[in-house]
Amino acid sequence: MKYGQRSFIFTFLFIPVVIYVIFVAIPYVTSMAVSFTKWRGLTMDLPFNGVNNFVKLFNDPNFWNALGHNAIALVVLPPVIITMALIFAFLFTQGIRGSGFFRITFFFPQVMSAIIVGVLWSFIYHPTLGMLNGLLGLLGITSLQNFPWLGDPSTVFGAILVVTVWQAVGFYMVLFITGMETIPSHFYEAARLDGANSFMMFTRITIPMLWEAIRTAIVFLALGAMDMYAIVMIMTNGSGGPSRGADVVPRYMVEAAFTNGEWGYATAMAVVLMLIILALSILSLRFTRRETLEY
Amino acid sequence: MATPSWTQQKTRVRSPFSAWKVLIYLILALWAFMVIFPMLWATVSSFKTDQEIFFSPWSLPAALQWDNFSRAWTKAKLGIYFFNTIMVIIPAIMLTLLLSSMVAYVLARFEFRGKQIVFYLFLTGMMFPIFLALVPLYFVMQFSGLLNTFHGLIIVYVAFSLPFTVFFLTGFFKTLPTEMAEAAMMDGASHYRIFFNVMLPLAAPALVSVGIFNFLGQWNQFILPNVLMSNVGLDESQSRYVLSQGLYYLYGQQFYQSDWSGLFAAVTLVTIPTLLVYVLFHDRIEAGLTVGALKG
Repeated sequence: MKYGQRSFIFTFLFIPVVIYVIFVAIPYVTSMAVSFTKWRGLTMDLPFNGVNNFVKLFNDPNFWNALGHNAIALVVLPPVIITMALIFAFLFTQGIRGSGFFRITFFFPQVMSAIIVGVLWSFIYHPTLGMLNGLLGLLGITSLQNFPWLGDPSTVFGAILVVTVWQAVGFYMVLFITGMETIPSHFYEAARLDGANSFMMFTRITIPMLWEAIRTAIVFLALGAMDMYAIVMIMTNGSGGPSRGADVVPRYMVEAAFTNGEWGYATAMAVVLMLIILALSILSLRFTRRETLEY
Repeated sequence: MATPSWTQQKTRVRSPFSAWKVLIYLILALWAFMVIFPMLWATVSSFKTDQEIFFSPWSLPAALQWDNFSRAWTKAKLGIYFFNTIMVIIPAIMLTLLLSSMVAYVLARFEFRGKQIVFYLFLTGMMFPIFLALVPLYFVMQFSGLLNTFHGLIIVYVAFSLPFTVFFLTGFFKTLPTEMAEAAMMDGASHYRIFFNVMLPLAAPALVSVGIFNFLGQWNQFILPNVLMSNVGLDESQSRYVLSQGLYYLYGQQFYQSDWSGLFAAVTLVTIPTLLVYVLFHDRIEAGLTVGALKG
């Protein structure tokens, strides 16, 4: 009997764990090892390169440029998306009609593929055909006529960040609405008896009670800000933008590996990014820790 | 201004028509417009000629150009990309669900040495973005002869879908009652029989939810096929692309030989299945995504 149970557990775990270890765990772990070599991928010969890849990385302006864009995304995306999502979630509590329609609509961009989102927004930003310039023209702003939003180094990354916000807001709104539904209504009733208006109730009751969901959102968005590979690839047609104006580390890494064949160097980037992500998750979890409200 | 109260939401007391309400509807309508309009615009454009798209981008098509769709489907090979995608994601989703539910069931219902290790092994996989593993993964695929093959892509999809699916299903298996399994045990059923005949049918709702989640993730997957099925030097005709690659390729082509109407038609065709799945299952999708986020 006991033996049967053990062999059952082993049989059920064996195939999934083997697949997972080979295709997920080993690649993550070997990233670490390969980053210390000067591997160019042609042979199985991996010349040890010490910390040279990391030194090269430190002196590579393209890497700092790419990391800078990830950093901008990290600073911009979490506060903007969380604030907008909270505002929308708040509006949904104001007894509106058609909330089902709005909820479904707002959430939809989250399930759209990056390539569709990228193609749609490239049309929106198109200098001559685009909706954005058309709209600006209708508003009488002629100075920006035919302005190439994705073709100018100063605007390309901002334009991409807008797309990211557009895609993510609905998801976090639904996340917050789901969290709000678990808050006991007598909290609000008591507050209303004390004369609180709905804005006060939102800041004093809803936000503290939603803190766990907001924390999750911060971590998710911070991780997302370190990625952005797909949307940047698509909206810059693989180039990282004019003068690398929208380049991010993952795209630069893929270029180093698959275009230039600098595999060791590329994995060094992956390792640096992995450490940053690890540090970010620990930091954001630690700094947002608060006393959990019991109710 | 009438102070909107929280209880109104439940009792639906009709509040007086106030400036506050108007403002709320304006904001919500504006965002809904921002979400819907680009898609609507692309759909309308997919029925236009290239001339109409260029010279009257805001007007409705003079005549419906169904030809755009057939051109996208055959000449731009969208039909092949659809077929390839289906051939990859159907087995990938089936395997993901089967293997994940096996792991999840064992993790949820049995005590054994190393259980924590297995659990955390899968959990850490949820934390890191795929691209961090990309370069070594490429070589794992090359050494095992799986690069540029459909079955290779299927295995990789399964491997990267395992963590979340295992995590989601473990939670679900923990909530299932134990009585039925115990009764079956008394009748002398083996663990395998109990799993396949009793537990798996009970888990059907959770399998559907997480299956839809995986469908969307794998249907939309961009980075894995682009790196692992790039076919460099093997296939000049792009006949082995999946949809996200095919569309990316088509989009890149517009800079050389423009067929905007065909591209809009392709975008419309690819969006339809997503929209359909979403409208039909939005409750489950929202629940799956947000539950995963809150527990993660």
